[in-house]
Amino acid sequence: MAPRLLITPQQFSITINRLCHQLIEVHDDFSQSVIIGLQPRGVNLARRIHTTLKEILKNDAILYGELDTTFYRDDFRKKDLVPNQTTINFIIEDKNVILIDDVLFTGRTIRAGLDAMMAFGRPKDVELMVLVDRRFSRNLPIQAKYIGITIDTIASEKVKVEWKENDGEDHIWLLTNDKDD
Amino acid sequence: MIKKLSVKHLLGIKQLSPNDIELILTTASQFKEVINRPIKKVPSLRDITIANLFFENSTRTRVSFELAERRLSADTVNFSASSSSVKKGETLIDTVNNILAMKVDMVVMRHPNPGACVFLSKHINAKIINAGDGSHEHPTQALLDAFSIQEKHGTVKGKKVVIVGDILHSRVALSNIFCLQKLGAEVMVCGPRTLMPRYISSLGVKVEFNLQKALEWCDVANVLRIQLERQDIKFFPTLREYSMQYGLDMNLMNKIGKEITIMHPGPINRGVEITSEVADSAQSIILDQVENGVAVRMAVLYLLAGRSDY
Repeated sequence: MAPRLLITPQQFSITINRLCHQLIEVHDDFSQSVIIGLQPRGVNLARRIHTTLKEILKNDAILYGELDTTFYRDDFRKKDLVPNQTTINFIIEDKNVILIDDVLFTGRTIRAGLDAMMAFGRPKDVELMVLVDRRFSRNLPIQAKYIGITIDTIASEKVKVEWKENDGEDHIWLLTNDKDD
Repeated sequence: MIKKLSVKHLLGIKQLSPNDIELILTTASQFKEVINRPIKKVPSLRDITIANLFFENSTRTRVSFELAERRLSADTVNFSASSSSVKKGETLIDTVNNILAMKVDMVVMRHPNPGACVFLSKHINAKIINAGDGSHEHPTQALLDAFSIQEKHGTVKGKKVVIVGDILHSRVALSNIFCLQKLGAEVMVCGPRTLMPRYISSLGVKVEFNLQKALEWCDVANVLRIQLERQDIKFFPTLREYSMQYGLDMNLMNKIGKEITIMHPGPINRGVEITSEVADSAQSIILDQVENGVAVRMAVLYLLAGRSDY
């Protein structure tokens, strides 16, 4: 089956804006909040959210970091995993952390991310933002607070997020693997 | 970039491909970030037990490996020859197999005999990391040296590196030559003729006997210790004479008229191969090498522990 377009570039930018305003409602001026994007793909959304927030709030001081979860994953000894760069130049002690990933599927990456994050201090509060929530496919009791789009999928389907920074245009696609039908 | 090493053990740099080395160095830079966090520990190897078998004295390498193992959450057992049954006449294979019978997954070994790790890898069923075998190889030292050069200069490729001192007895020299060449650096060795292996130029390195000329040529100088413990005859008249000919001092550093990076694998004999003034100068990255050693060893352990099909 051909890939199905879930989100067009126009809808994409509306969604990003909505997510930013939802964050502003809760976090006010972000003086006690930090944004952390999960490597490798969550950082695309996190960077976009961070840039958009800076534009809306005219505030360049929003703390932003990127976190790699490889060393904390539970499937490390089952796959060959190459780590990515972690860049967090602040301590998250007593801060409100907004953890950002692109697609929430089994929840295992987020579990590893929660563990990895604790190496940088004890946060006051942690929230999860994802662009795509694949419902009914969770292996762990993890839910996102801010969600771009919720979709129902089966395990053999794949969600692909394209970014204008890397792919020219913003899209979200649903890919179906014919062999598994 | 490749995702896994082409080798099962780290026996020497000779067996590694340039891609392997690049994978280790890239992974090491992620671990360097980890060891500078407030909490310097990750749980990656929590199901792994590692035996550190040191049949020869060591401070730096041993502490570095132990720290690397602990920061990866591995369980460790330590063993040194002086306090073991080796003294009672047990063979190497028996000693190691007995330790492995207690369910050890990886072995880090230093041994005075060249090839001890290769020999062991053919007879036992565990992953082996060579922490120095006689005057043969010391792969993790070469990897951390390459990492340190890369960190300081951005790349190893095209850099001119001179290795100064006891080339004949040094495992650091041999591993460094292999590693730097695989990464595309130009390598020169410099030292007294008596401490220069006869066919050294067949490795494709330049040979220079005048220290000042060597330093004028290079970007990086890696200064080695005289391995007195491996010398059963006199290779040079006195340490004082060696120091006058091949010791790095400020006088010489000023004479060459350019800034070069100074490295030393330790332990330093201050006043013999290098003066304190040079060793502690801003050009010296000796302590960075030690810090990088932990990160590089974490990368090696992490990548070798790799996939297990349980």
